Amino acid sequence: MTDILASLLIMAGLFFFMAGSIGLLRFPDLYSRLHALTKADNLGLGLLIIGLALHLRDPLIALKLLLIWLAVLAAGATSAHLIARHARRREKHV
Amino acid sequence: MNATMLLIFDALLLASIIGLAWAALASADARRSVILFIAFGLLLAVAWGRLLAPDVALAEAAIGAGLTGALLLAALQWQPRKTADTTNSEQPTHTLLETGFRWLVTLLCAALAGMLAWSLTQIDAGTAKDALANAVAANIDASGVSNPVTAVLLNFRAYDTLLELAVLLTAVLGIFALGPAQAGYRIAGPVFTSLTRWLTPLLILTAGYLLWVGAHAPGGAFQAGATLAAAGVVLRLAGRDQIGLPRGNALRIALGAGVGMFLLVGLALFALGRPFLGYPPAWAGALILLIETAAMLAIAATLVSAFIGGQPTEEKTRC
Repeated sequence: MTDILASLLIMAGLFFFMAGSIGLLRFPDLYSRLHALTKADNLGLGLLIIGLALHLRDPLIALKLLLIWLAVLAAGATSAHLIARHARRREKHV
Repeated sequence: MNATMLLIFDALLLASIIGLAWAALASADARRSVILFIAFGLLLAVAWGRLLAPDVALAEAAIGAGLTGALLLAALQWQPRKTADTTNSEQPTHTLLETGFRWLVTLLCAALAGMLAWSLTQIDAGTAKDALANAVAANIDASGVSNPVTAVLLNFRAYDTLLELAVLLTAVLGIFALGPAQAGYRIAGPVFTSLTRWLTPLLILTAGYLLWVGAHAPGGAFQAGATLAAAGVVLRLAGRDQIGLPRGNALRIALGAGVGMFLLVGLALFALGRPFLGYPPAWAGALILLIETAAMLAIAATLVSAFIGGQPTEEKTRC
């Protein structure tokens, strides 16, 4: 039962990664590409990590995975913000 | 079923690594090359993980991809921009010398790869690998640690590690000889600053954890030093160039700490009538931790010094 749930969560996570990658390749401008990418980072990785934690059933590993997710969330959000701000400033100058 | 899946994964990983390496070399834009190189390093770390070498994977991810990537990006930024003019007006023309040099490097790399492949076929699969692993396993109890990689690096082949640290010290002297460090970055905005506020302590904590855990699990001075250096690099990027690296004599002590502690321990044991760096088994664990702590500080200080690209200036008027 848990394994089925874990597999479903991991597959849902992979779907977000795929959608994010397609968005990164297909979207027209930088801002919408960033939007697609951060969805993959946040939701995709989150679902993947919940699935993996359910699959491994080890609270210590689950805690480590959770920490990884939080670190990626913060780093991803910050770098997306920095890239977007840089692009916006450059637009204003041109 | 499982083996087939892993085989497919390995094949994809290998193809991606080779593809990224080619793309990084073939790219005309240096910035794109560097970013591809970072992605290449991360996938290489995954490959080391697949080869069941988590110590190397950690080192590759932290030093090969992370800090080398930061170094290359910083080096790019200090370079005068010239892409705008040259790409429009004329195609880059290679002189005969350049073309010859490229071919020479290609041939040398191919020869090296061929020699490595040949030596791989010469290894009698199993015996050579097992002989080394068995020798380590037979003596691991006397080494003071239970992680075989740390036992080799800090005990059985401690000479090699001492010389590696000496190479790092020489490298940082060369960097200082380049002159004063580049001007720092401007103070970051609120978003990056708040990330720095909790990321820096987390990196320092992780470095301490890696240092401690290296005795019985993957980790150790090099991985810990790179993580500690990452904290320094993050602070520098956020424009805090008055912290992140000690100044004056404290910096000199930190840079020399690795080689210094190694020599101190080695000579003290020598004076006590033991061979140079021949730890008494009862003390080995504590001595290794002592040397690794000093080595971690030295490695971190060296890597941050390399990132700022010169000798840090003694006083700063900007704040």
